[in-house]
Amino acid sequence: MTSPETRPDLDLGTPLLDVNGVTLRYKTPEHLVTATYRVSFEVYEAERFVILGPSGCGKSTMLKAIGGFLPPVEGEIRIRDKLVRGPGPDRMMVFQEFEQLMPWKTVLQNVTFPMNVTGRFNRKEARERALSALDKVNLSKFSDIYPHMLSGGMKMRVAIARAMAMEPEVLLMDEPFAALDALTRRKMQEELLGLWEQLKFTVLFVTHSIEEAVIVGSRILVLSPHPGRVRAELNSGIDLDTPSRDALSERIHKLLFEEAVEPEPEVEVT
Amino acid sequence: MTQNMDMSTKIPLARPEIDQEPTDMEGIGVVERPLGFADRLMGNDAFRRALFLIFLAVAWESYARYVHNPLLFPSFLDTITTFWTDMANGTLIQRTYTSIQVLLLGYGIGLVAAGVFTTLAVSTKIGTDILTTLTAMFNPLPAIAMLPLALLWFGLGVSSMAFVIVHSVLWAVSLNVLTGFRSVPETLRMSGRNYGLTGMRYVTKILMPAAFPSILAGLKIGWAFAWRTLIAAELVFGVSSRAGGLGWYIFEARAELYTSKVFAGLLAVIIIGLVVESVIFKFIENRTVQRWGMQR
Repeated sequence: MTSPETRPDLDLGTPLLDVNGVTLRYKTPEHLVTATYRVSFEVYEAERFVILGPSGCGKSTMLKAIGGFLPPVEGEIRIRDKLVRGPGPDRMMVFQEFEQLMPWKTVLQNVTFPMNVTGRFNRKEARERALSALDKVNLSKFSDIYPHMLSGGMKMRVAIARAMAMEPEVLLMDEPFAALDALTRRKMQEELLGLWEQLKFTVLFVTHSIEEAVIVGSRILVLSPHPGRVRAELNSGIDLDTPSRDALSERIHKLLFEEAVEPEPEVEVT
Repeated sequence: MTQNMDMSTKIPLARPEIDQEPTDMEGIGVVERPLGFADRLMGNDAFRRALFLIFLAVAWESYARYVHNPLLFPSFLDTITTFWTDMANGTLIQRTYTSIQVLLLGYGIGLVAAGVFTTLAVSTKIGTDILTTLTAMFNPLPAIAMLPLALLWFGLGVSSMAFVIVHSVLWAVSLNVLTGFRSVPETLRMSGRNYGLTGMRYVTKILMPAAFPSILAGLKIGWAFAWRTLIAAELVFGVSSRAGGLGWYIFEARAELYTSKVFAGLLAVIIIGLVVESVIFKFIENRTVQRWGMQR
């Protein structure tokens, strides 16, 4: 019922990101929580891979683990066959919170900062790349402004530009648009897709909104609630027409809520 | 029930819609104009503060004249005259210079120590626990209480003074800086670590600027504590080196019942405090936390 986007030029044999039987646990002051249990999936180059699930399914924890902030207690995470052992700029993260920008740096300095501290690009190169990234997210005019003067959507654009300018292997986005108002969120989703059309980067996108998953993703991993286990992996795509999009949403909704006692009236899972 | 029935009869009335050209602007006068001189003057921080200082001086002068007891409460003008005379003959300048030398020495060592301690403490949980316990133990301990010990260890002199100042600065600043480090948002920390920043680079490039409002508050508190401790220490054991400092100046004046000189000495302490706060710290604040929108 859904048609995957065709990518004849890509070698599907070697996944860019290989998550294999990963169990994640973290400690709260009172409990040891198992966030995900034996989750496996593969992400290939240029995919827009969405991890979707209700609150508490461990999707953000999974993203943190891929980011290298949390070692799995079982299983392994590999990027291009290299075991993930800690945080690194080959996996740039974009967070939901606006605090991810450094308030003591201008927009431009924020974007050049990771390029400078990692030493991957020299200063001149970093500046040029930053300017071009800011241009892509339509923020050229604001490059010398401090983040506190920007709106939420603009801050998010800076964070995306900062991550993209690094050209990471994979872009990790943790509910990046959840803190935005509905109109801005819609616009940002479209902009993200527009950027993807231009640059064909690989992105791993965590969300709790079925609607967002269907719009943004090319492939959607549905996790079951607490602890997160793989429930389904579905194809979506930019070229889906509205009826098949609705059908896909309906199908995901059923996957997530068929066991639920009372069906939620909202499409968005909160 | 009756209320419910009332409610059911309340439905929105069908009112006519409005679609009109905006009101003609001719009568408005101005849409935007620069503020007048008086408005801008009152908007100026320095001016408002100066106004308040003048008010204080006038209040002081009138009260002193009302009491009319120069031995206990010299007037503002007397104090200023004494202050000016001793400035002119160099006494006050010499004393202030002596004090500030010791002060900067103690303050500087205290800040460096606080920087080292907090940097070490913030990287591990145990380190944080240790520093938190140490500050809880030593911060409430008055520096003056350490003075006898300092005299035993270092004898009468600059080292003893510096020691008590370091003690008063170190714990207060450490407490502030550590609190600042710990309140850096998790997202910002993760961003920093995402770029592979660790150790010293992580502290200097992420934690320090992110915690700068707290650090600045710590610097201010440390500065005030250093001053207090210095003056108190000088008052207790007088001459610290060849020449006495401001505390000694006040002490001498008291012994001679030269009250306007006591006031002049206090005034010198206050003026230095005001200048440091409103010039140096203000400058740092404008250039950093205010520009970054971390503080209004």
